[in-house]
Amino acid sequence: MATETTLEITLEVARYRPGVDTEPTLQSYQVPLREHWAILDGLTYVKDHLDGTLSFRWSCRMGICGSCGMTVNGEPQLSCATFLTDYAPGPIRVEPLRNFPVVRDLVVDIDDFMTKLPKVTPWLVREVQSPVEDGEYLQTPEELDEYQQYSMCINCMLCYSACPVYSLEPDFLGPAAIALAQRYNLDSRDEGADERRDVLSSPEGIWACTFVGECSAVCPKGVDPAGAIQRYKLTAATESIKELLMPRSRSRR
Amino acid sequence: MSVYQRPIHLLWWLERRAYVLFVLRELSSVFVAWFVVFLLLLVNAISDGAASYQRFVDWSGQWWVVAINVIAMVFVLLHVVTWFGLAPRAMAIKVRGRRVPARQVVAAHYLAWLVLSAVVAWLVLR
Repeated sequence: MATETTLEITLEVARYRPGVDTEPTLQSYQVPLREHWAILDGLTYVKDHLDGTLSFRWSCRMGICGSCGMTVNGEPQLSCATFLTDYAPGPIRVEPLRNFPVVRDLVVDIDDFMTKLPKVTPWLVREVQSPVEDGEYLQTPEELDEYQQYSMCINCMLCYSACPVYSLEPDFLGPAAIALAQRYNLDSRDEGADERRDVLSSPEGIWACTFVGECSAVCPKGVDPAGAIQRYKLTAATESIKELLMPRSRSRR
Repeated sequence: MSVYQRPIHLLWWLERRAYVLFVLRELSSVFVAWFVVFLLLLVNAISDGAASYQRFVDWSGQWWVVAINVIAMVFVLLHVVTWFGLAPRAMAIKVRGRRVPARQVVAAHYLAWLVLSAVVAWLVLR
């Protein structure tokens, strides 16, 4: 495939060296334009053949691990699932994800999300744990269907990168954390909805969201965090009204 | 560790089409509020008698009030259309175990809007 190797495309990559640079600068690299190469392959080529100092995160290379999120021509993308040929003839601008502090080059610091995530108790909560001998907690396909969409989240942070609310109000719990809370709230085996309610219904929770909808637009797994947040707004509002009318009963969801 | 924090531009909302639409939708709330004020002024004028009502009608007929109301109507329509479009995302309605399709939820909103408008029109014009 001689013609394939001769074609090239320019990657304009944001470089930031902590302690040396005050802000990122763009550096251009010529990489082979191959049909099956994703942006991540282009970056790996740069790292292996052109400039070993370039830093970026990646792991599975198949849209599962959520490590390689970057801003490609201004859009948050998984760099392993975004192909060079779609941007031909280029150049392609590759920058770190927006709304996160840049540690180096294309590597961002996601500690903020990692601190927020456990606050929504993203695991199955049972009031009484049944012993292992009793077997699995059974679930019908319909019950699985209720939350499966939200369980597809890979914590890639593209939704946080696209969310202007998160950029303006860094205390906002954020799209993925709320979608993951809903993933458990809507799970028939879970009994932790009450536990999650105070965090989700706080001003930093669902009510901070103004439904821009970009989190869902950029989600590579079709999770629809914006939908999850709006659905929970309805749930929270209904619960509050119920509590006002019937103060003694606090239902599960 | 020194990290780089990207500054937020004053015109950040021009970066993406969806952001522009979002900011316009947020802005439309001001015009919704204006319509409420306008309606209250109208009710107040009517309650003050025929002369007061005529003054209000004359004031409303001025070019700049008409212009404000036309702009307000455009924004209110934007508000309605965008919110109705988003409604199915928030409403997961199930009928006989099946989720009602998004189009039907949107259609129901428009139908309710039409019915309410017809009721108001009937009350005003009868």
